Amino acid sequence: MIYSEKVMEHFANPRNVGEIPDADGVGEVGNAKCGDIMKMYLKIDNGIITDVKFKTFGCGAAVATSSMATELIKGKPVEDALKLTNKAVVEALDGLPTVKLHCSVLAEQAIKAALSDYYRKQGVDPEPIVGAVPDVETACGI
Amino acid sequence: MEKRFVYADNSATTQISKPVLDAMMPWLTEGYGNASSIYSIGMDSARAILKARETVAKALGAKTSEIYFTSGGSESDNWAIKCAADVSAKKGKKHIITTVFEHHAVLHTCQYLEKEGFEVTYIPVDEMGLVHPEDIKKAIRPDTCLVSVMFANNEIGTIQPIEEIGKICREKKVWFHTDAVQAVGNVPIDVVKMNIDLLSLSGHKIHAPKGIGALYMRTGINLPNLIHGGAQERSKRAGTENVASIVGLAKAIEMATADIPGKQQRLSKMRDRIIAELLKIPESRLNGDPVRRMCGNVNISFRGIEGESLLLSLDLEGICASSGSACTSGSLDPSHVLLAIGLPHSTAHGSLRITLGDGNTEEDADYIIEKVPKIVEKLRAMSPLWERILRDEDIDAE
Repeated sequence: MIYSEKVMEHFANPRNVGEIPDADGVGEVGNAKCGDIMKMYLKIDNGIITDVKFKTFGCGAAVATSSMATELIKGKPVEDALKLTNKAVVEALDGLPTVKLHCSVLAEQAIKAALSDYYRKQGVDPEPIVGAVPDVETACGI
Repeated sequence: MEKRFVYADNSATTQISKPVLDAMMPWLTEGYGNASSIYSIGMDSARAILKARETVAKALGAKTSEIYFTSGGSESDNWAIKCAADVSAKKGKKHIITTVFEHHAVLHTCQYLEKEGFEVTYIPVDEMGLVHPEDIKKAIRPDTCLVSVMFANNEIGTIQPIEEIGKICREKKVWFHTDAVQAVGNVPIDVVKMNIDLLSLSGHKIHAPKGIGALYMRTGINLPNLIHGGAQERSKRAGTENVASIVGLAKAIEMATADIPGKQQRLSKMRDRIIAELLKIPESRLNGDPVRRMCGNVNISFRGIEGESLLLSLDLEGICASSGSACTSGSLDPSHVLLAIGLPHSTAHGSLRITLGDGNTEEDADYIIEKVPKIVEKLRAMSPLWERILRDEDIDAE
């Protein structure tokens, strides 16, 4: 298996690691059994994601995709974050090994889970906007 | 400590040693004759192979005629198991006994045979990773054709009671195969004393090249071929002999078995120091038996972190090691060995295997002891699972 230099660079120096104590939205996906969990914290001001932090339990690809996903949405309008796909994360990392593609799916889901939480806190039903986000992976490696 | 390169994955493979390379060189250059040819450079090759066969036999307490060179451990395992099954099926014996934590070369071969109509009993191991000979005894039936138990486990390093199992099999007149790929050079082996009928070994674990191994087949057992073709290896294994690698394997096994107690003494001291230091890390556990284990094997799980991240972080510090996490096993489940000794998935994901070898020094051990705790701490700081462990949540309930 080969990781791109970009994946290794993000793994070695992950961006935006940590927590936001007064986050406007928090989302967590994955589970311990499968070996990957991602937790995303969002700070949202006037529809703009002003800050984002993550914590990840998982492989190199899980850490790198979390890191890249946070970079891609930081400072962007919520609408842009909603449109972020796992494919965009993979491309930004110069590709991922096939067996690791599910990590990028997890990163996309983690952001969506955090956005759902944000809408819920606003008293808005997130499902029509964000879509259904599974709480935990129903099967490992989706 | 200053950054250094520490190769601590000797159960994965080893570097070809200088004496092995020197022994091989003539056969990679001017000694290119086909061992089946009648002219002098052919006969030189044939003589070199014969000498190598004698050396390998001597290292195992076997007869020269009982050693067959193969492409490695996997081929030897496939040959022993498939062909023992094949020849026994004709006598109506279609039951095989093995263990749940064999190497995949054995496990997947047995699973293949199940699809072909054989019945396989997978003997469990205890929480230390040891096979109980009594369990083997109880599982033997009149239609059992083969028992296959690995000599030493590749992941957790446990050394199995091979002599006792061999005795039971001999008494019950059932063939006994052992995958000794990890054991050769680490544990003294005597195929006669241990009642071993078939034994697989590999070169690249003991400083010979990759792609060379051997099968010991006791006199009186006449397995059919796995590889058909020319008359090489007394018509038992076709293919023009890889003379250089055969010579390399012989040199390697000679050196690896020259002073096993000395190696055990040196490496187990280093091993135990690393284990003691790494177990000071909170929420860590040793996997496998602390005493009945290979002299260079360390296998520790750290809760709340994932093995591949640990390995990549270690690599950034110059340390090569291995893990039983799903991400490194190339499947969705963590190591079947760690699950077999009862580890929950989450703990198996966070395992680290360090396997020391001839090239490792006390300074390497110091470096490992310095780096691992820092990396575990860094990964835990960014792990949402670790948060939950600190809150005492039952993380394995899902």
